Amino acid sequence: MIATRMLPALGFAPRADRLVERNIMNYRRTWIVLVSGFFEPLFYLLGIGFGIGALVGNVTGPDGHAISYGAFVAPGLLASSAMNGAIYDSTFNIFFKLRYAKTYDAILSTPLGINDIAVGEITWALIRGTLYAIGFLAVMVVLGLVQSPWVILALPAAMLIGFAFAAVGMAATTWVRSWTDFDYIFVVTLPLFLFSSTFYPLSVYPEPLRTIVSITPLSRCIDLLRSLALGELSPVLLVDVAYLLVMGGVGLWVVSRRLDKLLLK
Amino acid sequence: MTAVARPLPARRPSMTGGARQVFEYKAMVYRRVWRGSVFSTFLSPVLFLAAMGIGLGSFVDGGNAIASLGGVPYAVFLAPGLLAAQGMQTAASESTWTIMGGFVWDRTFHGMYATPVSVAGIVFGQLAWVTARLTMVATAFFVVMLAFGFVGSPFGVFGIVASVLTGLAFAAPITAFAAGQKNDSVFSMIFRFFITPLFLFSGTFFPIEQLPLIIRPIAWLTPTFHGVALARGLSLGTLDPLGAVVHLGVLGLYIVIGAACALITFRRSLSR
Amino acid sequence: MTTAQPIAAPASPEFAPDRPGVPEAARESLIRARGLTKKFAEFVAVDAIDFDVAPGESFGFLGPNGAGKTSTMRMIGCVSPITGGVLSVLGMNPAHDAALIKGRIGVVPQQDTLDMELTVRENLIIYGRYFDLSRREAGRRADDLLEFVQLTDRAKSTVESLSGGMKRRLTIARSLVNEPDLLLLDEPTTGLDPQARHLLWDRLYRLKQQGVTLVLTTHYMDEAEQLCDRLVVMDKAHIVAEGSPRELIDQYSTKEVLELRFPVGVLETLGTELDGLAERIERLPDRVLLYADDGEAAAAAAHARGLRPETVLVRRSSLEDVFLRLTGRSLIE
Repeated sequence: MIATRMLPALGFAPRADRLVERNIMNYRRTWIVLVSGFFEPLFYLLGIGFGIGALVGNVTGPDGHAISYGAFVAPGLLASSAMNGAIYDSTFNIFFKLRYAKTYDAILSTPLGINDIAVGEITWALIRGTLYAIGFLAVMVVLGLVQSPWVILALPAAMLIGFAFAAVGMAATTWVRSWTDFDYIFVVTLPLFLFSSTFYPLSVYPEPLRTIVSITPLSRCIDLLRSLALGELSPVLLVDVAYLLVMGGVGLWVVSRRLDKLLLK
Repeated sequence: MTAVARPLPARRPSMTGGARQVFEYKAMVYRRVWRGSVFSTFLSPVLFLAAMGIGLGSFVDGGNAIASLGGVPYAVFLAPGLLAAQGMQTAASESTWTIMGGFVWDRTFHGMYATPVSVAGIVFGQLAWVTARLTMVATAFFVVMLAFGFVGSPFGVFGIVASVLTGLAFAAPITAFAAGQKNDSVFSMIFRFFITPLFLFSGTFFPIEQLPLIIRPIAWLTPTFHGVALARGLSLGTLDPLGAVVHLGVLGLYIVIGAACALITFRRSLSR
Repeated sequence: MTTAQPIAAPASPEFAPDRPGVPEAARESLIRARGLTKKFAEFVAVDAIDFDVAPGESFGFLGPNGAGKTSTMRMIGCVSPITGGVLSVLGMNPAHDAALIKGRIGVVPQQDTLDMELTVRENLIIYGRYFDLSRREAGRRADDLLEFVQLTDRAKSTVESLSGGMKRRLTIARSLVNEPDLLLLDEPTTGLDPQARHLLWDRLYRLKQQGVTLVLTTHYMDEAEQLCDRLVVMDKAHIVAEGSPRELIDQYSTKEVLELRFPVGVLETLGTELDGLAERIERLPDRVLLYADDGEAAAAAAHARGLRPETVLVRRSSLEDVFLRLTGRSLIE
């Protein structure tokens, strides 16, 4: 097909950095919006971590010894906000620029191609997510919610989470026709946020349910970050990483196959 | 045949200044888009109450929290709080972009003002519509609460009223504010720095006695705290008359002052 | 001073098509389309059209909305894959060399696609960056172009605060940031007030003088007459005529047109009274057009037959008349 021949392989995106430059130019004036994004997970950490923490008392950590509820919930909130941020950037944000602001129509009349746009926007979402993750991890350290130096690996892990969900979110966006379709994205992300052991351990679920929830993506993300923050390393973490890599890979593959439908008509 | 233009019989402006017509317009628009709000109206309360009530609840009750919650399970404590807080969130999202858009984007308010509809008609029609929306959302939420068995007393049904009043205590001042805005960048700030903290720290999830002493008076000033306390007092059957008067008074004050400000900002924006 | 030629003499001498000694390559078309087709599912937007655009000329697509003009422009701009036929732009194939082609063309789309999140000057700078200009060079060109389109004092404004005409000028400035060889303008002045249109026409005329090849679509005949050396008339996905504005008028219309407007209801009652008054007669809903080389004579003849129209107007033929003749419909409906 001619349309697919117009697209080089997705990896070839020589001008993707220009998209990042454009976004930096925009946020240089509206940096307050960028900064404000950092506060939302922080409010949740303080409200849920300490507020509900006082009601719950200590929690039995995965390896049996007691940890504070704040230390338990913080990695869960980091994973959830990494997911939510990546989904927002790769769905609403892309769709808005695509259909309403027509930002990409203008960019496509320049030497930039679709791959530059896709890779550029995912890169920008990752940069943003990384900044937020650094801020959140710093707060966790200051509040004494970190149990192990392995937490340093939580940063690349959070980036991996952002990548996996951004790729899948962008793939989903290639099927979105109107704003009402975004309800389906909520139908997926809200239950993930609420039920994936962010706020309480999977042990509250009875058995068949526990296994089902434990194989959902956000549960794997939370398992990964929580284990690193608490310093409980196990081979399962490699499974978590592989899970997210496959998820991101499949998402990117779908994006590269369908992106022309999104933009070139 | 020649048609002769005859003047229409002059009609006196209606008592409500056209508020009923504005309400009807809003309802007509909603009939076209209601499907999009089904998920947020019905499904998300189910998910929220299941996750927070049952999931988090069983976890919290496993600790020794029941005493500080007044002797009830966490779900029964939390549900009326969420009922009131949902009113706040619904009101905020119905009174920000929509209002500014009516002045700046599609200019529907200017269109209304070009007819016999008065400024007061627009403001009160708009607020009446938000009241209807809040009632729908709160009723749906209450039905889900009831189904889960999270309602502690028959008076709990009046939590719907508490939720609507909480919503209006936000809708009126936010509507007034949004009418004066020229672009929408400030609204995401309102959600991040007002709505989210109020949702988390106004007694919805935990008694405000747990907040540091210095912050507590701030919570007392917010409509969310009073709405949550009202809904919870009704649901648990612990509301004392004096407390009820104070809560209603504070919410009423926000609504009246907010509506008065909205009359001013709408008039200013419409005559610009 | 010269006779009407299908191809205007371009400003830069080395591109003169009929100059002896010019290499063959330079005489080649900048755009060459043969059997060019665009389909959206079952709908045929462009149906096997042929055309050539020579370097330095100003070429127009004239036609009503939905004729296929924008689809054609999008294919030339490498943002819409062709469904059939052959298309070459600047000697390259859009299917393979999109980035190279786009590097040398400027695009003014039908609807402004300015970056609403950036300021006026930032719009130009980031656009320059998309074309691989250095930041310094992009800044320098941005300032020059703001001067050219008279927006220097609005450099720091948000795009939102600009008027329609200013936005259009900014879009044109943006399309020039890469100093393009070829400028594609899709309905450049639609929706603008007369003053803004004339300012835009002036800027486009200057570009033409500098040797930039212009390709534009329009449904305004005055715009086509002002700007185009040569144009094709499109209707329902086809090209129905081609030539310079003068040639098209000479070929498809008479020198003058007599417009008669009758009181409400009278037009319908007219039967054979008009026959033979002109070479061709068109009845529009609100008036009758009589095509004759001498309009005054036709008006006198109509009067002699006892016709009493409310208004009588004699004017020169325009492209509007050409279009009416070719399609039986008027341009703006």
